Amino acid sequence: MNTVFFIAAGVAVISTLLVICHSNAVHALLYLIISFSAVAVIFYLMGAPFVAALEVIIYAGAIIVLFLFVVMMLNLGPVATAQEKAWLQPRMWIGPSILGAILLALTVSLLWRGAPTAAGGAEVGPRQVGAALFGVYLLAVQLAALLMLAGLVGASHLRRRELLPESETKTELLP
Amino acid sequence: MTTLPMEYGLTLAMVLFALGLVGVLVRRNLIFMLVSVEIMLNAAGLAFVTAGMRWGQPDGQIMFLFILTMAAAEVAVGLAIIVRLFRQENTIDADATSKMRG
Repeated sequence: MNTVFFIAAGVAVISTLLVICHSNAVHALLYLIISFSAVAVIFYLMGAPFVAALEVIIYAGAIIVLFLFVVMMLNLGPVATAQEKAWLQPRMWIGPSILGAILLALTVSLLWRGAPTAAGGAEVGPRQVGAALFGVYLLAVQLAALLMLAGLVGASHLRRRELLPESETKTELLP
Repeated sequence: MTTLPMEYGLTLAMVLFALGLVGVLVRRNLIFMLVSVEIMLNAAGLAFVTAGMRWGQPDGQIMFLFILTMAAAEVAVGLAIIVRLFRQENTIDADATSKMRG
């Protein structure tokens, strides 16, 4: 089980590294799908199959598809890739990498100070999650619904006004 | 089912979070910055689920569901803002937003 965890964790870390290093947006998003899938494997290993399914369906499915739609709608092309390569000089990585490494070293050293404790002994399935979600956390579910409504209204408001003058030019772009 | 130490999951969550943080700091492309924020949110969700499984309770998974909801709403609004900025400025450079007024 530990072997599976280490393989999945390695895949997740390497694909995430490729996401933040890649200059082509579509390729980076495809690597992000692999990263999310590896995290889903880890969720399954820990005994949380419901969350693993949600990770694949919503993160690797819906959210990445939304990103891909926007990247393809903006139609950036090879010019943007060249510009990304020009922006990503090696010396730009020095400062953020040092800061991130300091943060990581501090938290990991704090975490590994005591003896390791076991986790994921028993599986917590969808039945228990659903019972708690619509029992104790019912108010939070309604608040989440309000948040989604706010997101919907905000997104539609931001897209609304420019649609009228842009509609002619948009149809010309289609083959 | 053998048990997995909690520290493994939390360490992976911290590594992913640090990678997302470096991504936000390094990239100037707004789409990549949003992607890096997604990586950080996913790492936070991984930490929540790991801590929930430590006690064998469903609460961590429920917090992951709320993080998922928040990430979806954030991506919808963020991508709408990016599309609007691209229509106005014809770029998705993060520095272009410094010219905004009001």
